[in-house]
Amino acid sequence: MSGAEFVPLSLPPILIGILAAIACALPGNFLVLRKQALIGDAISHVVLPGIVLAFLVTQALDAWSMLLGAGAAALFAVVMIDVIKRVSRIEVGAIMGVVFTTLFALGVLLLEQSSASSVHLDVEHALMGNLESLIWLEARGWASLLDPVALAGLPPELPRLALTLALIIVLLILFWRPLTLSTFDEGYAESLGLPVRAISLGLVMVAALAAVTAFDAVGSIIVIAMFICPAAAARLMTDRLRSQIWWSVGFATLSASLGYVLAGYGPLWIGLENSVSAAGMIAAVSGLILALTAVFGPKRRPATA
Amino acid sequence: MGIMAFTLTYNVALVMFGAGVLGVAAGVTGTFMFLRKRALLSDAISHATLPGLCGGFMLMVALGGTGRALEGLLLGSAISAALGLLAVNFLKSRTRLSEDAAIGAVLSSFFGLGVVMLTLIQNMSAGRQAGLDQLLLGSTAAMLREDAEMIAIGAALVFMVGLVLHRAMTLTAFDENFARALGLNVPLIDAAAMALVLAVTVAGLKIVGLILIVALLIIPPVTARLWSNRAAYIWPIAGAIGGASGGASGLIGAGLSSLAPDLPTGAIIVLVAAGFFLISLLVAPARGVLASAMRHRKFQRRVHRRQGLLALAQGYRILEPYTRKLLQREGYVRADGVMTERGQSAATAAQRDEARLAYLRSKPDYAEFLSRHDGLSDLSRAFTRDELAHIDIRLEDAS
Repeated sequence: MSGAEFVPLSLPPILIGILAAIACALPGNFLVLRKQALIGDAISHVVLPGIVLAFLVTQALDAWSMLLGAGAAALFAVVMIDVIKRVSRIEVGAIMGVVFTTLFALGVLLLEQSSASSVHLDVEHALMGNLESLIWLEARGWASLLDPVALAGLPPELPRLALTLALIIVLLILFWRPLTLSTFDEGYAESLGLPVRAISLGLVMVAALAAVTAFDAVGSIIVIAMFICPAAAARLMTDRLRSQIWWSVGFATLSASLGYVLAGYGPLWIGLENSVSAAGMIAAVSGLILALTAVFGPKRRPATA
Repeated sequence: MGIMAFTLTYNVALVMFGAGVLGVAAGVTGTFMFLRKRALLSDAISHATLPGLCGGFMLMVALGGTGRALEGLLLGSAISAALGLLAVNFLKSRTRLSEDAAIGAVLSSFFGLGVVMLTLIQNMSAGRQAGLDQLLLGSTAAMLREDAEMIAIGAALVFMVGLVLHRAMTLTAFDENFARALGLNVPLIDAAAMALVLAVTVAGLKIVGLILIVALLIIPPVTARLWSNRAAYIWPIAGAIGGASGGASGLIGAGLSSLAPDLPTGAIIVLVAAGFFLISLLVAPARGVLASAMRHRKFQRRVHRRQGLLALAQGYRILEPYTRKLLQREGYVRADGVMTERGQSAATAAQRDEARLAYLRSKPDYAEFLSRHDGLSDLSRAFTRDELAHIDIRLEDAS
């Protein structure tokens, strides 16, 4: 394949997929270790009503107001889960189930009933994203990567995700010690005077940030898969947190690039005409990687065995 | 009128009935998963049906059919959900991953695979797939009599199996080891519960859709839990709430359908159930918001009353406005702040209790004895008359 075709059509979606995957996988490492993996599931569901409400209020598909709406919805859901848990003293997993399915149902209903369904917002888009349509029309080949005029025409999701990822990396480095301490031994971290509740909430907010930014570009399936699968697979490869994080970044990158290529070109290889959903394929590939590590990973055994 | 101006047609009754029976079955089945603290496992099971659904469709088309036979689709979805469940169990028991990570991983990768197959089908033969993506969020628009009958029969079967197994399931949920000691086959019971979840998912595909069916399995049991501490009551309450949500949403859906024909029924059922949950969260007797606010106020009153009486007994005037209003309303002091006769005796009693408590607290030997009292209420509620007389004698000796 020539650069003239690859750079405008495939490079931006692959890059966006990789950036989104890594942005979700990084906080995912800590969610998996803290046994909060399903918070990622919950967040990526409640993003939908947030985006629909933002659209209904502003009547425009403006990226920033949608990010704001989705972030507000995620925060609302986290607070609701906490409040209901305190009031009712019921197990948190079940409460999460109540809150996120209710908000998601609300989102679906609003979507169907609002004019949003006639714009490019619909449930399918929310689930699967529109990775394939994020093309870079201004590019003429590899040389365009150095051409400022062409670079200005990049899909806006790309710089937005890059910025989010950079922010997440900075936060991760800044809060590395308190975050790891409170993840592995909350009691010890608390005795050192660390604000463990604030750290926990901060982690959830970072996860929400990653979910919200990635959601628009890649849809909620990838978001859930990337929170959990790369980190879980990495956990089966190593005992050390630092190397686990590197493994998860590697797995996220591999899932995104391999998944996109398989979805785009795989059907052609077996003689079909049209490509299949890239988002679905990326999630499936990440699950396949996890399955491989679960069978062959060097550190797969449970601690007691 | 407008919205509600519809006639209770045969079709509406059909949807109400189907959704209602489904709700009852889901509420009863979900209760076990909830009590076993595995509510979200149902989410993995229901999402994992998608690849099988698509696989069933493709296979039926490849064999020369239209691919729309419900039985084939349901069989396919049951197979892939069972595979997903096996994957969760494998990840949980054979690797060091915890159950939540296993659930999330299986849920997302199976669903991803399903979406890939769905797009494949959309490309394969335009038009014929129209039915499949409706199974994501449910729809009653195209519900046929056979569909409703199948849902009702399936749900009724699930309900009956749940009824037969519910004692064993409750035992297992509360104390796995005790259940094992009684000779129950715990893995088999767990497997039966998951088979029931699967059956509810499959039966609910057409009405609720596979993304939101988990809500019908979680919200009614959680709501029922707000009303009762006893498993024997949670089952029927959850079933009733599920049934009411299903039936009511059938009616609402029909009522709104003149305005909005493409209403996703799954979302309506979930929101009706969530409405029951919210109301219960407010008014439920033991765990509701109102009840706990009232408990809090009652406690506050007791503290203020006691502190106020103690202050009066020592000859102080009450300056704190809430305490003054409280004591005045209850007839312990007059409007000018002077004690009434009743206040006098209550204050003396409070002071005597306080002296007794102070004595008990000063003697470590009485620690266990003292633990019967909450430090606030009338001592005669926590101790017998003889015990109090004993304390009084010691008190006099001490002084």
